[in-house]
Amino acid sequence: METRGTRIGLGVATVAVIAFLWLPLLLIMAYAFNSSTIQSWPISGFTLHWFREAWHDPEVRRSVELSLKVGLAATAIALVLGTAAAAAIYRFRFFGREAVSFLLLLPIALPGIITGMALNSFFNFGGVQLSMWTIVAGHATFCVVIVYNNVLARLRRSSPSLIEASMDLGADGWQTFRWVIWPALSTALVAGGLLAFALSFDEVIVTTFTAGAQTTLPIVNAIVFVVILATVIPVTIAQRLTGDTGVLRRGAAASKAAAAATGGGAV
Amino acid sequence: MTQARKRYLAWAVVALLTGALAVAAAGCGGGGKSSKSKPTSGQASIGKGEGALNLIEWPYYSDPKFAKKFEQRSGCKIHRKDAGSSNQMVSLMRTGGGGGGGQWDLVSASGDASLRLIRGGDVKPVNINLIPSWNDFIPIFKSPAHNTVDGKHYGVSLQWGPNVLLYNATKIKPGPTSWAALYDPKYKGQITIPNNPIQIADAAFYLQHSQPDLGIKDPYELNKKQFDATIALLKNQRKLVKLYWNYDTDGRAAFANGDVSLGAIWPVDTLALQAKGVPVKEVIPAVGATGWADTWMLAKKAPHPNCAYLWMKYVTTPQVEAQQALIFGETPVNPKACPFMNKIEAGSCAKYHLNEPLNYYNTIKFWKTPIPDCGGGKNDCMNYNAWQTAWTQVTG
Amino acid sequence: MTQLVEAGASLRSARLRLSAALWRRPWLKLALLLAAPVLVFAVVYLGALASLFVSAFWQIDSFTAAVVHKWTLDNFRTLWHDHTYWRITGRTIGLAAAVTVTDAVLAFPLAYFMARIAPPRWRALLFVAVLLPLWSSYLVRIYAWRTILAKNGALNWVLNGIGLPDAGLAYTNTAMWIVFSYVWLPFMVLPVYAALERIPDNYLEASQDLGAKGSRTLRSVILPLAIPGIVAGSIFTFSLTLGDFITPALVGGAGSSFIGNIVEDKVGQPDIPFAAAFATVPVVVMGIYLLIARRLGAFEAV
Repeated sequence: METRGTRIGLGVATVAVIAFLWLPLLLIMAYAFNSSTIQSWPISGFTLHWFREAWHDPEVRRSVELSLKVGLAATAIALVLGTAAAAAIYRFRFFGREAVSFLLLLPIALPGIITGMALNSFFNFGGVQLSMWTIVAGHATFCVVIVYNNVLARLRRSSPSLIEASMDLGADGWQTFRWVIWPALSTALVAGGLLAFALSFDEVIVTTFTAGAQTTLPIVNAIVFVVILATVIPVTIAQRLTGDTGVLRRGAAASKAAAAATGGGAV
Repeated sequence: MTQARKRYLAWAVVALLTGALAVAAAGCGGGGKSSKSKPTSGQASIGKGEGALNLIEWPYYSDPKFAKKFEQRSGCKIHRKDAGSSNQMVSLMRTGGGGGGGQWDLVSASGDASLRLIRGGDVKPVNINLIPSWNDFIPIFKSPAHNTVDGKHYGVSLQWGPNVLLYNATKIKPGPTSWAALYDPKYKGQITIPNNPIQIADAAFYLQHSQPDLGIKDPYELNKKQFDATIALLKNQRKLVKLYWNYDTDGRAAFANGDVSLGAIWPVDTLALQAKGVPVKEVIPAVGATGWADTWMLAKKAPHPNCAYLWMKYVTTPQVEAQQALIFGETPVNPKACPFMNKIEAGSCAKYHLNEPLNYYNTIKFWKTPIPDCGGGKNDCMNYNAWQTAWTQVTG
Repeated sequence: MTQLVEAGASLRSARLRLSAALWRRPWLKLALLLAAPVLVFAVVYLGALASLFVSAFWQIDSFTAAVVHKWTLDNFRTLWHDHTYWRITGRTIGLAAAVTVTDAVLAFPLAYFMARIAPPRWRALLFVAVLLPLWSSYLVRIYAWRTILAKNGALNWVLNGIGLPDAGLAYTNTAMWIVFSYVWLPFMVLPVYAALERIPDNYLEASQDLGAKGSRTLRSVILPLAIPGIVAGSIFTFSLTLGDFITPALVGGAGSSFIGNIVEDKVGQPDIPFAAAFATVPVVVMGIYLLIARRLGAFEAV
C-alpha cells in the first residue's frame, strides 16, 4: 500500500529511533567495565572488578534479592487483580464502571513521588511498619493498571463470535476456555507481567541506589549488563512462543500476537 | 435515569468516598507523631550486642577496612544505607513513623541535619560516659551546639572537614586565593555550588569579610538586613553557576567531565579527582571556610542499641579515627589519632590540620541549623525555614 | 427412532446450555470473588491520597519542625503569591508538553513501521529492541546520558571529530528535554503501535481507491485513527515527566528545578504539609489532562 519511498523513509526513521534507544545502553554496558568510579569519556580502563564486587557485596545481593522478591510479589498481585478488573470491565456494564477504570489508571497517571508520599503517610497514619510488603503494596498499585490494560486490550480485540463459534462447534466450557480464551489471554498476561515486573524491579534499583549513586554506579552498570543479557533471551523466547497464537486475530497479518506479547496494549 | 446522569452519580460516589476517607484520615492524624519526648540520659551500660547494626551513613563511613574488624569482635553485622544528602538522611530517619522507624540504629548526621533530628524527636540522648574516647576529643567537639542540647548529648562527634574551593589548575590560571572567585563574572558558566540551603552561610561568610559594615558576626545568625544582602549576592551568583550539585559525586563528575572548572566542594572529592588524574587543586582561603562536622546519632527507636554503643565506642578510638579520616579525606575529632594517621600516610596529620592549635577552629565556621534566637534575646534572626524558602527562590 | 434422535438432540442442547452458562460462570465467580480485593485496593489508594491532601492544610512548627494539626490555607497562599513556584510549575508543565510532542513524533514512524511494514520476525525483534531499555535501570540510563552530553563527553567527541564545535548541552534544560524524551519513548511507542495495528487494511485501500494520495490518507485516515493511541501514550510521557525529580537533579543545570524537586526537598526538610500542598498542582493538572484524554478516546484505545 505504502509507496516504496515511504517504506524506505519509515525504515530509515525506525533505524534512527532504535539507535537513539540503544546507543546509551551500549555505553552503559561498556561502562560496566570502566576501571574508574567516576564515569567520564572515554573509558579509563578495562576491569572486571565491578562484576566481582556486585557478586560478593552482601548489600548489593540484598537489594537485588529484594528487587526480585518485590517484583515477583507485586507482579503476582497485579496479574490477579488486573485480570479480574479487566474481566469485570469487559463483561459487565455496571454502575460506576468508568470511575473504576479511571481509578485503576490513577497510580500510573499521578507522579510517582506523590503515590510514594501518599502511601508513606497512609502507612504512618495506620501505624503500619514499613517492610517488604509495604513496598509490594506500593508497586502493586501501579502494576495492576499495566496488566489490566493488556488483558482488557486483548479481550476487546478478541471477537466474542469466536467464543460463540467454539460453543456452536460443540466445545464445552472448559474446552472453550482451554483452547480459545486461554491462548488469547496468556500472551497478554505474559506481556503485562513482564512489563509490570520490569517497572517494579527498576523502581527498587532507583530507590536503593539513588543515594550517592555514583559510589555504587559502576556496580549498578554491571548489574544492568547482566540484567540485559539475562532478559534478552527469555523475552525473545517469549516473543517466539507467543508469536503463533494468532487464533483470535483478525485478517491480514498472520501472527501479530507477538505484538501484544510484549505489551501492545496501553491505557 | 439517563446514562450520563448515572455516570456523574458514579463520580460523585468516588468523590464522596474520597472525602469521607479524608475526614477519617484527619481524625487519625490527630493522634500522630508527637515531638515532645522526655529526654533520658541514655542507657547506663552497654549490654551484649544484638548481632546486627543498621546504619544510615555517608558513603565509606563504615568502610570494610575498619568495619570488618568491628563485626568480627562485636558480632554485630552491619547493614548500611549510603545517603547522598542531609535531606535524605532526615527523610530516611523519618520514614516508618520517625525515630528511624524501628529499622535504623545510627545516622552519621552533619550539622545541617542534626538539630532537625533532635527537634523532630528522631534521635535520643546518648550516655557519653560509655564512650571512653570522648574525654580525649578536641574540646569544641565534646558538646558542640549541633549535637548537644540542654546539656544532653544526642550522639558522639566523629570527624569534620572544611568546604573547600576547588579549581582546575589547567583552566584557571592563576589559581584563586579568595572566596571572591565564586562571585566573579569572569568565571561565568564554569562554577559549581552545592545545592543546599546551608550554602547561604558561605555567601554570608564571604560578606562578613568583604562588607564589614553589614556587621555579620556569625554566618548562621543573620538578621533580616544581613540575610537580604546575602540573598541578593546569591541571586547574582546564580547567573554564573553551571550546576548546583545535589550529591558531591555529581560535582565531582562535572569537574571530571570538564563541565565546570571552579567550585565549592569537599576534600573527599579532591582526593577522588586527583586519584583519577584530573588536574584539580583545592584551597582554603586565608579567612577560613565553612565546615561540616558529623555526629553518629542514636535513633530513638534503635532496635540494636548495644551494637550502636559498641560502634560509637569503636569508631572514636584513635586508630579507627585515623583510618576513616584518610579513607574519606577528613579530620578526626580525637587528636590522639595523629600518630596513627602519620603511620598510614606520612605528614597526613598536619595535612588535615589535626595538629593545629585551638584558635585554628575560629576560622572554620561549622554548619549549624539557623534559629531565630541568636543571642541578645532579640529573636530577630532568620530561621531555617526562611533559609530553605530563600534558597528555593535563588536556585528554583 | 425419531424420538430417540430428538431426545438425544435435546440432551445435547441441554449440555450446551449448561456449558454455555458455565463458561460465563468462571468470570462471574471470579469477578464476585475479586470485587472485594479490588475495592480494598481502591480504598487504600484513595485513602492514601486523601490522607496526603489533608496534611496540605496543616503546617509545621518552625522550631520543632513537627506537624501542627491546625487547619490553614497558608501553604496555598505561599504557593500562590511567590512567583518562584509559578516559574517552576510553568517549567515543569512546559517541558512535559515538549517531551510528549517529541515522543509522539519519534514514536509514530517507528510504530508505523512495526505495525504495518515489518515482517513478523522483524516485528518481534523490534519489540524486544523497544522494550529492553525499560529493563535497564532508568537511573543508569540517565547517568549514561550525562556522560554523553558532558563537555568532554561522547557527543562532543564525535562532533569535534567531524570538525564541528561543542554542543554545550550539559546541565541545561535542553539536556533534560533530550533525556526525558529518551527515557519515556517506549511508553509512547507501544500504544501508538496498538492503535495503528488495528487499522484494517481495507480502510487504506478504500482511501487509495477514492483517489487520495499518501499524505491525504495519512491525514484523513491514519492520523485520526492513531490519535487515541497517541493520547494514551501521552498520558504516560506527560505524567511521568510531570512527576519526575531525578532527571532534573542529575542532568539539569542552574534553574532547572521541577515541582518534584521542590516536593522532594520539602519532604526532606521536612515540611510534609508544604510538600503535599505543592503536590496538589500536578494532581490537578493530571486530572484535567485525563478528562481531556477521555474525550479524545484514549481510554478506549486499547
